Amino acid sequence: MFPASFGYVAAHSVEEALQLLAQHGEDAKLLAGGHSLIPAMKLRLASPRTLIDLGTVPDLSGVRVDGDALAIGALTVHSDVAGSDLVRQHLPGLAEAASMIGDVQVRNRGTIGGSVAHADPGADFPVILTALNASFVLQSSSGKRTVAVDDFFVDFFATAMTANEVLTEIRIPLPTAGSGTAYAKLGHPASGYVVVSAGALIQRRQSGSCVSARVAIGGLGSGPVRAVATEMELQGKPLTPQIIAAAAAKAAEETDPDGDTYASAEYKRHVAAVYARQAIAAAVERAVG
Amino acid sequence: MSVEAEYAPVPIGVTVNGAKHEAVVEPRTLLVYFLREHLGLTGTHVGCDTSQCGACTIQLNGRAVKSCTILAVQANGGQITTVEGLARDGVFHPVQEGFREKHGLQCGYCTPGMIMTAVALLETNPRPTEDEIRHALEGNLCRCTGYVNIVESIRWAAEKMGGKNVSG
Repeated sequence: MFPASFGYVAAHSVEEALQLLAQHGEDAKLLAGGHSLIPAMKLRLASPRTLIDLGTVPDLSGVRVDGDALAIGALTVHSDVAGSDLVRQHLPGLAEAASMIGDVQVRNRGTIGGSVAHADPGADFPVILTALNASFVLQSSSGKRTVAVDDFFVDFFATAMTANEVLTEIRIPLPTAGSGTAYAKLGHPASGYVVVSAGALIQRRQSGSCVSARVAIGGLGSGPVRAVATEMELQGKPLTPQIIAAAAAKAAEETDPDGDTYASAEYKRHVAAVYARQAIAAAVERAVG
Repeated sequence: MSVEAEYAPVPIGVTVNGAKHEAVVEPRTLLVYFLREHLGLTGTHVGCDTSQCGACTIQLNGRAVKSCTILAVQANGGQITTVEGLARDGVFHPVQEGFREKHGLQCGYCTPGMIMTAVALLETNPRPTEDEIRHALEGNLCRCTGYVNIVESIRWAAEKMGGKNVSG
């Protein structure tokens, strides 16, 4: 399978990529690792006239601490997110999610920014980044803006990005003392895509009670959803297995998932509670100190 | 702009198995077809063509990747190793030798990709456990159901290499 013909331009800076976007208009697509876009082009689900390659822009990949946030360059590949000492130290749940994407070769090539901008409902990063309260730095010719994750994923394969913006960085607040993060996933056995997954960020007091909780579920809608009922149920309570299980049981409340040949809607709602419980329990386990 | 100019071929330079190559390619040329049809390196196979099976696995800049899902233009300036580049002076790489010793192949279609993934694994993890080998092979499919011997072949190679990274 070959993609339909297209023109190719390598950008050497974000500014050049923005100029090229303006010049080629809506028929152009930005290319990062290409592990979502190229398969779509080979299937002729996408036929952009021009690809603007961000892979040739220096300094768009890497992980660093910037103030009270971890800043991850948009072109950082999944295997580098999973293997980053900074990510593993501060946000083990993010390393966990990155290590569960696709397979070794896909993780060596796919990028966090590409995954986020593509907004596949079966992707892992949107779910964990929702739990971690990430934000996204979008650059356009008129400057930079930062969009919070709760406003970013708007629909299937749709985000708050406009056609003249480039996603340059993903920013994640460094968890405060006593916080833990985790990700748990039921992947489709053939494709590896999310059937249902859960990400959790839990902060607890030394006494063991919950200060705050953010829990996100994937696979139940057009993108990640916050399990608000679960979060409220945990708030202020001692984080015992019973209370975690009772809160996790509400993970699929107010969702209306579509069933498919692999998993019925009822099954998805059921396993959402199971994976929410696993993610919360693992995050609590890590929330020491 | 004419269609011809808009979809203009792009000049690229890549180093494949230590040899420099310059070429002018259509942007839609996939790396696997560039290797097979432009350079005649048919050891890299096209299997599923949908980045599932791993038969097209090569190393690009030291990492195992699926060459059916990379454009040749994206490899511009890159260092590529294919299965043809593993043997040294007529001596097989230990992973190749392991596949022969332990009968790690039946039809052989998946073998170049299996070997390239295994070589990359042993470069980063010279003493993998069986679980780690199996996990590393999650992106490589064998339809002859030969996984037991494939894992054995890689264990044999790891032992032969004595826990050291001797390739590359």
